[in-house]
Amino acid sequence: MTVRKNQATLSADEKRRFVNALLELKRSGRYDTFVTTHNAFIMSDTDNGDRVGHRSPSFLPWHRRFLIQFEEALRSVDPAVTLPYWDWTADRTSRSSLWAPDFLGGTGRARDGQVTDGPFARGGNRWTINVRVDGRDYLRRDLGAGGRRLPTRAEVESVLAMETYDTAPWNSASDGFRNHLEGWRGVNLHNRVHVWVGGQMGTGASPNDPVFWLHHAFVDKLWADWQARHPRSTYLPAAGTANVVDLGDTMRPWNDVTPADMLDHTRHYTFDTAA
Amino acid sequence: MSSITRRRALGVAAGAAGAAAGLAAAGSATAAAPRATAPAAEPAPASFDEVYQGRRIKGGPSHGGDHHGGHHGGGYSVTIDGRELHVMRNADGTWISVINHYEPVATPKALARAAVRELQGAPLVLLTLA
Repeated sequence: MTVRKNQATLSADEKRRFVNALLELKRSGRYDTFVTTHNAFIMSDTDNGDRVGHRSPSFLPWHRRFLIQFEEALRSVDPAVTLPYWDWTADRTSRSSLWAPDFLGGTGRARDGQVTDGPFARGGNRWTINVRVDGRDYLRRDLGAGGRRLPTRAEVESVLAMETYDTAPWNSASDGFRNHLEGWRGVNLHNRVHVWVGGQMGTGASPNDPVFWLHHAFVDKLWADWQARHPRSTYLPAAGTANVVDLGDTMRPWNDVTPADMLDHTRHYTFDTAA
Repeated sequence: MSSITRRRALGVAAGAAGAAAGLAAAGSATAAAPRATAPAAEPAPASFDEVYQGRRIKGGPSHGGDHHGGHHGGGYSVTIDGRELHVMRNADGTWISVINHYEPVATPKALARAAVRELQGAPLVLLTLA
């Protein structure tokens, strides 16, 4: 059974195997296909047009399916590997073990933002940024630039308390749990974490940074936590909504999976703590 | 429940197609005709043309088709040194770009300036989708 663990609890061996599986996906070219897919949706999902991966109710089931697909790719390299999650309310500084050289490496240097330590530093020649929005081919970060702060547990709790999954107009202007978790409105959880990391994580090609998966694994866990807290609430909208993925509609790019299929994560994995 | 189970079974079977299939579908998604994203009530922001930190940034209403593979600025385009920056207008009238995607700013000019600061002199690369 696939158990997703808090990254802070991983053993040295678990970290090494996770990193090695990432590097092998990168070497084989499979990694970059995920970056391309994500950026394509970032650029095409619009508030008043078709929207699937972002700024819409299907933000959560779309990323759940996307992470499952990525986790399957990792496990095809090493079946012992699962996606860890980063609880950024707890591990909230650049001194966290997440950013150590034996795991993701640290922040970028002042001159050009280049990450210079850890397995994903350009100097190691194993992590070239190929799918990119500018000319630089090295991983960049600027952790907590400008004194930015990651969301607090209290801020997460205030969003988890929202009973309604999502509301019309089903986009970045919506009230409800989904848009507050995504961050276009209110205290801002998910979006703010992308900005806090900086570098490629602030761009449409954000999966270039491996922390993308750990961030989204935690966002995904917060959805599971919300479901456990509000068992009578469910995915909305139910049917007949223009430009938006209803509960039973299939989602691009897979076209064979619906939000309804994604509601129960325990069909695919569990978490190290009860959700 | 049975239909969900059946769909899930199909999904597992289709999983082998994996990322390659996903790529193809995503590519076709962006090839679709762009839609205006700006709320009808919002006036178009002013054009601008300036040199900011040594880079020529321009913005203004765009005319004609979607010749750069899918921009959704609601009829407004932004360039940095002549290369198009993919921009998008949010429902509340704020703006984001592919460079600063998760942090809305008030105007396209502020967006162009934020992108210049982020680029630190690097050229924009137009993403060509598979």
